[in-house]
Amino acid sequence: MTGLAEGAAVAAPAGSPAAWAWLMAVVPLASAAVLLLVGRRLGRAAPWVAILSAGFSLTLAVWTAVWLGAREAGERTVVHTVATWLPAGDLEVDWAVLVDPLAVAMSLLVTGVGLLIHVYSLGYMEHDRDIPRFFAYLNLFLGSMLVLVLGESLLTLFVGWELVGLCSYLLIGFWFDSRANASAAKKAFVINRVGDVGFMIAMFVLFGAIGSLSLTEVLPAAEGLAGGTLIAVGLLLFLGATGKSAQIPLYIWLPDAMAGPTPVSALIHAATMVTAGVYLVARMSPLYVQIPEIGLVVAAVGAATALVAALIAVAQSDIKRVLAYSTVSQLGYMFMAVGVGAYSAGIFHLLTHGFFKALLFLAAGSVMHAMADRGDIREMGGLLRDLPITGGTAAVGTLAIAGFPLTAGFYSKEEILAAVADTAGGEVILAIGLAVALLTAFYMARWFALVFLGPRRFEELEDPPHPHESPLSMTLPLVLLAVASLGGGLLNLDPETGLLAGWLAPSVVAFEQTAAIIGHGLLEAIAIALALVGLAAGVLLYRGGPRVVSEASTPVVRFAQDAFRVDELYRAAIVTPGHWLAVGLAWFDARGIDGLVNGAGRGTAALATAGARVQTGFVRSYALAVLIGTVLLIAALVGVWMAAADDLMLLGGWR
Amino acid sequence: MSVPAGYYLILAAALFSIGAVGVLIRRSVIVMFMCVELMLNSVNLTLVTFARIQANLDGQVLAFFVIVVAAAEVVVGLALVVNLFRLRASTDADGVGALRA
Repeated sequence: MTGLAEGAAVAAPAGSPAAWAWLMAVVPLASAAVLLLVGRRLGRAAPWVAILSAGFSLTLAVWTAVWLGAREAGERTVVHTVATWLPAGDLEVDWAVLVDPLAVAMSLLVTGVGLLIHVYSLGYMEHDRDIPRFFAYLNLFLGSMLVLVLGESLLTLFVGWELVGLCSYLLIGFWFDSRANASAAKKAFVINRVGDVGFMIAMFVLFGAIGSLSLTEVLPAAEGLAGGTLIAVGLLLFLGATGKSAQIPLYIWLPDAMAGPTPVSALIHAATMVTAGVYLVARMSPLYVQIPEIGLVVAAVGAATALVAALIAVAQSDIKRVLAYSTVSQLGYMFMAVGVGAYSAGIFHLLTHGFFKALLFLAAGSVMHAMADRGDIREMGGLLRDLPITGGTAAVGTLAIAGFPLTAGFYSKEEILAAVADTAGGEVILAIGLAVALLTAFYMARWFALVFLGPRRFEELEDPPHPHESPLSMTLPLVLLAVASLGGGLLNLDPETGLLAGWLAPSVVAFEQTAAIIGHGLLEAIAIALALVGLAAGVLLYRGGPRVVSEASTPVVRFAQDAFRVDELYRAAIVTPGHWLAVGLAWFDARGIDGLVNGAGRGTAALATAGARVQTGFVRSYALAVLIGTVLLIAALVGVWMAAADDLMLLGGWR
Repeated sequence: MSVPAGYYLILAAALFSIGAVGVLIRRSVIVMFMCVELMLNSVNLTLVTFARIQANLDGQVLAFFVIVVAAAEVVVGLALVVNLFRLRASTDADGVGALRA
């Protein structure tokens, strides 16, 4: 299959949707600008501007996908240059879009889920006083994410990468008048910067080695790179990915990011932005395919993250935090897949996760909407009766994420596990993957049971809420996403011959799989059994309420409730030393640098005071000084003359 | 037998020094003024001496100029001293620190 790695990119034919694909990103960006500038004057029309622009992007994405699908498989890598951006010596970066199967699959997810969440926000944000700003940010995010996905150069990709980080910051801190929200936003931004440094250095190294940042030039050239360069770039890009995609060691911002409005959590912090790291690794697959040992590192980090986050998720009691840790855990699955070179499986899970996690978050938002913004699942229960549509769709989402047979999550998770099982040295990762599958089913069942089943605990609260089903604008996206979560498996029923695997073939390079740790049939049976056991255990244990395990408050449980105290560890290991370093440097600045400057000033003043004593104001003392100076000068001159010549004409007569 | 030129020069230097010291240490404007005159005349003596040594008249001509300028200076200077004395009833130079009395 000729694809990107073989340099088979062709220019977009004029008039084809690929030549207009850049509008996919530009229209939401323009709409965001309009909303930011005159959004308040648009009043109730503002959300519709945003929804229309998202709809436009989705339409264009679908058209592009259809057009690309009609082309020969070998000609599905299309580049269209809009304008030259940076012509700087050897470095030339264009505003160019790369339309290929991977980019199109991602843009379909981004625009599709994006449009649904725009619609959902119409209902969810109804009572907010700052609706135009919210929709402006959503549009800005949509456009930025499409810049990231469609960018033809690593630098344009990076522009999108930074812009989505900015949107994430703006939307987490959307209700910035609360200090907690503002600091969560800052935390997300700062931690992402750590990863971004890795990304940037990787770009510098690649440019130094290849002399270009264009994907159509970098990826075919990746084969000829030296081993050390490959490993450095692979690890540095992965560092960038761990920041954006919330993997160990940089995952701690994502749970705090739940401070933002729920549609934001669904769109940015579940379905799209946080998968950018997975997309990046898949995009660079021709590079990673040459360093399978680094791939194994990626997979191991993914597995470790998946396990840690799943364990924490079991003990959380906030409706969105459970889902946040679940997202971190599922992103770990995706990195397991791309790490072992199963790129189509990774992207498949990215897509299905986009469906069911967006669904779960939107359902959580609907529940919070009904519960007057309460988020503690220990105070809920029995909501299925009041919120039948939300509860039903959440049940679908729970089954899908747990890997219940025939749901979307079942197929994608199965493919990941199968790919890991075929990788030499993947035994531990496979075992962790299976353990996480069990945990996932368990904590999601716990979540569902505590929210929707059992006694109605919220009725005992002071000022009990009166839950009611959300409006159509919120339930419609739920239903559509539930359908996608159920049927998403059709995208790729089989890892080799499935629709998505064939579609992505020109974009990604798959590893040669050599080992067979366990038969696929047996693996599938084990995974199904684990999912069912986890679901059953979760429902049975928590149907009656939260008292069973999570209230036991043993040190272990409390440790998990505190998210393994990783935040505290980072605070002690990095933040506090950094703080003291800053304090020390501030002292050095105040006393050292400023001391030098002030000392120079004070020294000059002291010298002036001393010098001023000479200035007595008595003319005669000045005259004395002049006299003494003159006498000394003449004496010196005479001395020199007398030394220089014996026969002085001037004094000749005297001699 | 004439007096050697060196003696004139030594005399001139002595007069100049006396004049300079007088300007520096005396307080009375009148005495300072006379000391300045002494210095000027010591210079005149030097000029004439060197003119004799070099056997040309330039130095002697210059001495006349000095005498003329000194005379003019005396006119202005004495006027100032008289006015100062009228204003302050003293000829103490150190008392005249300010430009406005």
